[in-house]
Amino acid sequence: MAEAITLKYEVSPDDFTRAGEASSDVKNKLKQLGFQPAVVRKVSIALYEGEINMVIHARGGVITVEVSPDFIRMELADVGPGIPDIELAMKEGYSTAPDEIRSLGFGAGMGLSNMKKYTDKMDIQTELGVGTTITMVVNVT
Amino acid sequence: MTLEDARRVLGARVLVGGERLDQEVGTVCGSDMMSDVLAFSKDHSILLTGLCNPQVIRTAEMLDIICIIFVRGKKPDDKTLEMAGDAGLVIMETGHRMFSACGMLYEAGLRGGAI
Repeated sequence: MAEAITLKYEVSPDDFTRAGEASSDVKNKLKQLGFQPAVVRKVSIALYEGEINMVIHARGGVITVEVSPDFIRMELADVGPGIPDIELAMKEGYSTAPDEIRSLGFGAGMGLSNMKKYTDKMDIQTELGVGTTITMVVNVT
Repeated sequence: MTLEDARRVLGARVLVGGERLDQEVGTVCGSDMMSDVLAFSKDHSILLTGLCNPQVIRTAEMLDIICIIFVRGKKPDDKTLEMAGDAGLVIMETGHRMFSACGMLYEAGLRGGAI
């Protein structure tokens, strides 16, 4: 691909069965564009974790993915409650997800740390009562 | 080992993707927590789980897992199976419990991914 393209998705709040549709679409598009499987996998896992978090904690939001030949940049913006303590939230095993979410297989406190693990750069901007914007970059080269 | 070999070991029933049982598989992950699966799984694996919801399919899709085997006789609904077919996954179900199913596949030569 020669030029960057931008993909945008609205993530529905509280619809757990549809969570992951945006990540699935991004994955398919990256595969079609011919990105290396390792790059596609990293983007897919990080984005899916983020999308699930948006549904569980933040009443949905907007995902914007910038795809360029050198990097994939993902921005996940929500107007949820915000993260009171980012350092604590980043700890593996720490989760504020309710039991009903655990019964669905999520809320083990691995989401944010997993997003960091699978990306080359991650930034969290959050304000209590206003929302959170997470930006992640996966380098292609 | 192929998916057909794994199917035979567990006496599993194929629900989706019967035409793709010749695929080679390297590792197995057994868990009902998709968060853990996302953190630790390798690609081209089998996922053993007792959790039956669409997010199991999505999780497998993101990780390039090629086959999900539902343990304890669990069977997902038709919509979830349709989703699995669209994602190109092989879906099976076995009456064995998680511990037994993991042990049988381990004994047959499959391993978990490196930590």
